[in-house]
Amino acid sequence: MLTLSAVAAEAPRPQPKSGIEYAGGDVRALQADDFGNPGMLWVARGEKLWSAPAGRSGKSCAGCHRDAPTTMKGVATRYPRRDVGGGELLNLEGRINQCREQRQGADVLRYESEELLALTAYVAHQSRGMPVNVEINDANRVNFERGRDTYYRRQGQMNLACTHCHEQNAGRKLLADTISEGHGNAYPVYRLEWQSAGSLHRRLRACFFGVRAEQPAAGSAELVDLELYLASRARGLQVETPGVRR
Amino acid sequence: MSMLARVQVPAQARRGDVFPIRIAIQHSMETGYRPDNFGRRIPKNVINTLTCRYNGVEVFRAEMGSGVSANPQLQFYLRAENSGELVFDWVDDSGQRGSERAPITVTA
Repeated sequence: MLTLSAVAAEAPRPQPKSGIEYAGGDVRALQADDFGNPGMLWVARGEKLWSAPAGRSGKSCAGCHRDAPTTMKGVATRYPRRDVGGGELLNLEGRINQCREQRQGADVLRYESEELLALTAYVAHQSRGMPVNVEINDANRVNFERGRDTYYRRQGQMNLACTHCHEQNAGRKLLADTISEGHGNAYPVYRLEWQSAGSLHRRLRACFFGVRAEQPAAGSAELVDLELYLASRARGLQVETPGVRR
Repeated sequence: MSMLARVQVPAQARRGDVFPIRIAIQHSMETGYRPDNFGRRIPKNVINTLTCRYNGVEVFRAEMGSGVSANPQLQFYLRAENSGELVFDWVDDSGQRGSERAPITVTA
């Protein structure tokens, strides 16, 4: 029992529970209603951007990737991911910006901008209902381990690690809210508190703020590594993008 | 960027049927009560008026204020009379306008 946290790190609980299972009936109903779900507005915007030319190349996403419902199906389940030839670990946002910079000759989109949220939501939406299935291999093991270290490291004035809420106390109350297991399978989500869609990194930064720790920048390597670790412990959960959360 | 909206209208309806219409608009609906990071008040900017015309006749009008959530969604009912078009128009406090159209086919 004394080595519980170390063991738990290697073997996540067999049946992860999505955040939506901790939500109330009204939030669940909103997520399940494809018209009512406000996150679908971002998906709809992403669909428009998908075929809009951008940058010096004058190419749109669709110019290379064609029909997103076919070509992007299942892509989000494998992210964050590292290119075969090396390079840094990229989440979906990072991959979209890499494509813009290197293939379209366009400016990178600011993290949390409406455009990047919309494109990310549109791409991730194509994997809705498919299980999260990131692979931890030699190429990304170092990122996985860094992410896991972040997850289990106490930080901030509250001196809390992610694990203290999202593993050891999941399902219990924090003020009026029920603590979830902290999975990223529904992101980008429409969060009622934000009155907007937002990225996983925005949500993670809110947690850093909550424990009064220094917030890493959205899109920073530290958060992408953490995203990889979170994805590995969410394996098997269905992608819900666009989710709705309180 | 223009205001994005989604409209849900049944593609077909029988004459005399009462059917639901839904419209969702992406808009921040600034209440006017929030301060920015420097403590300055963010001016109120909400979609104040939305209208729906059915073959040119106004069938629905909504006047909204600061109590309506961001990305508002409205639902109302219409009775199918003739095939044609539903035209939605709205305007926010900054003067930005939006519009959306949806065709409808009415069968006998």
